[in-house]
Amino acid sequence: MAKKKNKVQRFYDYSLLFTIVFLTIFGLIMIYSASSYKAQMEYDGNAAYFMTKQGIIALAGFVAMLVISKIDYHLYAKRWVWIFAVILSWGLMIAVSLFGRKINGKRRWLGVGTTLGFQPTELVKITVIIALAAMIVKLGRDIDRMAGVVRVGLICLPLAAIVAANNLSSGIIIAGIGFVMLFVASRKKWPFALCVVAGGLVIAFAGPIGHALEAIKLLKPYQLTRINVWLDPEAYPDTGGYQVLQGLYAIGSGGLFGKGLGESIQKLGFVPEAQNDMIFSIICEELGLFGAVGVILIFMFMIYRFMLIASNAPDLFGALLVVGVMAHIAIQVILNIAVVTNTIPNTGITLPFISYGGTSILFLMVEMGIVLSVSNQIKLEK
Amino acid sequence: MNRNQTYHRGKILTLCLACFILMAVLTGRLFFLMLYRSEHYSQMAEDLHQRERTIKAARGRILDRNGTVIATNRTVCTISVIHNQIKEPETVAKVLSQELGIPLEEVQKKVEKYSSREIIKTNVDKELGDRIRNRRLPGVKVDEDYKRYYPYDSLASRVLGFTGGDNQGIIGLEVKYEEYLKGTNGMILTLADAAGVEIDNAFEDRIEPVAGDDLTISLDVNIQMYAQQAATKVMEEKQAKRVSVIVMDPRNGEILAMVNVPEFNLNEPFELNVEVPEGSESSRQDLLNQMWRNPAINDTYEPGSTFKIITAAAGLEAGVVGLDDRFSCPGFRIVDDRKIRCHKVGGHGAETFLQGAMNSCNPVFIDVGQRLGVEQYYRYFLQFGLGGKTGVDLPGEAATIMHKKEKMGPVELATVSFGQSFQITPLQLITTASSIINGGNRVTPHFGMQAVSADKERVHQFSYPVREGVVSKETSETMRYILEQVVAEGSGKKGSLPGYRIGGKTATSEKLPRSLKKYISSFLGFAPADDPQVIALITIDEPAGIYYGGTIAAPVVGDLFQNILPYLGIEPEDNISSEKDA
Repeated sequence: MAKKKNKVQRFYDYSLLFTIVFLTIFGLIMIYSASSYKAQMEYDGNAAYFMTKQGIIALAGFVAMLVISKIDYHLYAKRWVWIFAVILSWGLMIAVSLFGRKINGKRRWLGVGTTLGFQPTELVKITVIIALAAMIVKLGRDIDRMAGVVRVGLICLPLAAIVAANNLSSGIIIAGIGFVMLFVASRKKWPFALCVVAGGLVIAFAGPIGHALEAIKLLKPYQLTRINVWLDPEAYPDTGGYQVLQGLYAIGSGGLFGKGLGESIQKLGFVPEAQNDMIFSIICEELGLFGAVGVILIFMFMIYRFMLIASNAPDLFGALLVVGVMAHIAIQVILNIAVVTNTIPNTGITLPFISYGGTSILFLMVEMGIVLSVSNQIKLEK
Repeated sequence: MNRNQTYHRGKILTLCLACFILMAVLTGRLFFLMLYRSEHYSQMAEDLHQRERTIKAARGRILDRNGTVIATNRTVCTISVIHNQIKEPETVAKVLSQELGIPLEEVQKKVEKYSSREIIKTNVDKELGDRIRNRRLPGVKVDEDYKRYYPYDSLASRVLGFTGGDNQGIIGLEVKYEEYLKGTNGMILTLADAAGVEIDNAFEDRIEPVAGDDLTISLDVNIQMYAQQAATKVMEEKQAKRVSVIVMDPRNGEILAMVNVPEFNLNEPFELNVEVPEGSESSRQDLLNQMWRNPAINDTYEPGSTFKIITAAAGLEAGVVGLDDRFSCPGFRIVDDRKIRCHKVGGHGAETFLQGAMNSCNPVFIDVGQRLGVEQYYRYFLQFGLGGKTGVDLPGEAATIMHKKEKMGPVELATVSFGQSFQITPLQLITTASSIINGGNRVTPHFGMQAVSADKERVHQFSYPVREGVVSKETSETMRYILEQVVAEGSGKKGSLPGYRIGGKTATSEKLPRSLKKYISSFLGFAPADDPQVIALITIDEPAGIYYGGTIAAPVVGDLFQNILPYLGIEPEDNISSEKDA
């Protein structure tokens, strides 16, 4: 790629860095706005409780990101690193399934005390990215054969399955990351296109399919309810449609320019998890269509930077790492906004960098560190 | 390490474009939701957030015919605490306990209770409320409110009525004219969070309240006070159960005064005006209901001799009797097989019809009744308007209790002729008498004259039906003459007043059952006799000692007229007074 010169200028994607900083700070502001009411009620009047907690973790994550960005990513290609990560992921996932702290009836947290908690699923995501990238590179052209796909699947799918067991959406994300990385690595196109078309059809006919599956007992009634709620949330205001509907109220009442930062009413106890999964609806309410589209554009810019880095990465491993991260971010952003706008049935997915969640922001920063590290290995021609 | 191949780049680009397309789709979805559906969701959200708080409308005042305010509003305060906003719970509890005179523990309990709003005390004087507000204790709310206030306390209590806790009329004119008096409540629309707590500094929508209309009634405070004084005096003198006085303008039915002593204090309508006997709560409620009752219109009685006015008018109108027709009274009259006594045991002997009326002689009126016959008597009874209610603008008017025509025989006819064996309200009697002496116009007795909106822009004049020609002008004139003679030289002598031409009729009705020997003494008088401008009826319920209407009731009306006739601008005529003196 680059000519060998005495002095090798290395690229560092400051645009991406700036985007990360911007999104994180914007996220903190929105977390404060969305959560101050709840925080005041639950944490003795400390309106900044959620924001402070998130801010500290984000800052630590930011430092970690800068450090990681200066570490050569080829370290992760070493067998012992990714195998260790996979084993650690399995261990933690099994641990969380057995001993995890139950919140809202789901075991998703590994905790020390009550304030420190850790969601292993976030670790699983990054593990899958690194492990798949390393494996695909190792497979070389075998990736286009069935055996190669199976081997990739063997790493990815069981992890996705154990995650999906109590966190369906994270399982979907992990499977999605695997799918995207495989797609990029493979020379083939049609099998992937077919999968996408099939997936699209399922969503398009979710109603009838759901009823059929429920009739043959493959789908539980509460899952069918989710589909029904999605199709017509206003018909189920009390049973399941509440969260979706409250989110829609927030989005709808935002209008073109929104009510102004901090002026949301829906965050005052109406939208559940306003600082979390539903934070985008509060952004819509406060900043209006302009703010919401602005956020989407920033994510688009971020994905564009990922694409640039991935395309110019010095080798396939670096490219695949970036593609994995890109898949992770893109899937979460798209699914989160789709859920909040009731474009797809409700499932709990956070908005990267913006939603409240310590584990999430920490591992996002780690992922960004890896991407920046890849960017840093790009040699510029002088 | 493998190289990054061209097809990888192509796929990465495809991936990136796919992401962009999906995000563009979601952006389109946002456009749809936030622009096209914005109004729909905003409206639904607003419905969810808005809390209504009513602003009470001031109730319209009640004014007497001269514009004197007899029912108005006083500002009172409601003191409450808002748990979330209290900063110094101990100070708050101490101050409120001291100022309001409530035990400290009680206030403390309310201050510490976790609720959005806890009322400490209602109906606090404005002055005290202001003082508490001026201490600016965080979390203490002083809300102003209206409370009905009656400046004259007990004046015309059973007529005016009072209002309940939420300022709606409960009895009397307050309930009858509720629609005019109540006004329209205003509203403050505020935003509230999911727990229903109002959001500070949120945009407020305010709909101003519209105060109720001021109601002007025909009552005259001065006449009412004169009448009340006179009634109280006679009630005390005669140790009567109660005394009712109605003063009316016979020309149009405007009621100038309606007294029912003992009255009660309208500002404390739940305090009994009599000693509470040992008894249960239900008996207390019965006593309250009794206290609030307006006997002048809610209760019927046997009118007795005052009803002879009606018999006489019917007889004259039908032409079955003339002033100089001769009658004879042996002290009784046998009708069918019944011996009906005259009040004068020895009888009045030979007398003309006029003399019979002056003597209030029962046999004379029995004869007139018999001459009319049931059919005709009943027709006049109905024609004079005695059949139903008067239509007065007060709630709960009692209807006449009368024999069915088919069941009326000569005995019933005879007793009805002198005012017994059926029941009417005092108001019915005075109204019927008014129509007989005012030239034959059956008026509707009433209080309400006009309702004027608070901004004085809308004036509603009340009008009442008048039925003309219930008796001929001639009959009416004759009746005035007869009744003037009754007062001038007959049984109503004690109702006379030097310088004035007064007409009237006395009555002493025996209450049922007769064995109790309880009486209602009454007198119906009007002045001036030749051109009646004011008519008054007094009924004294269960007087002790002498109970003859002519003796105890007539002088009260005489006294009353002495006070109110000059007040009404009716000047004494010298020639009459000299004639009398002579």
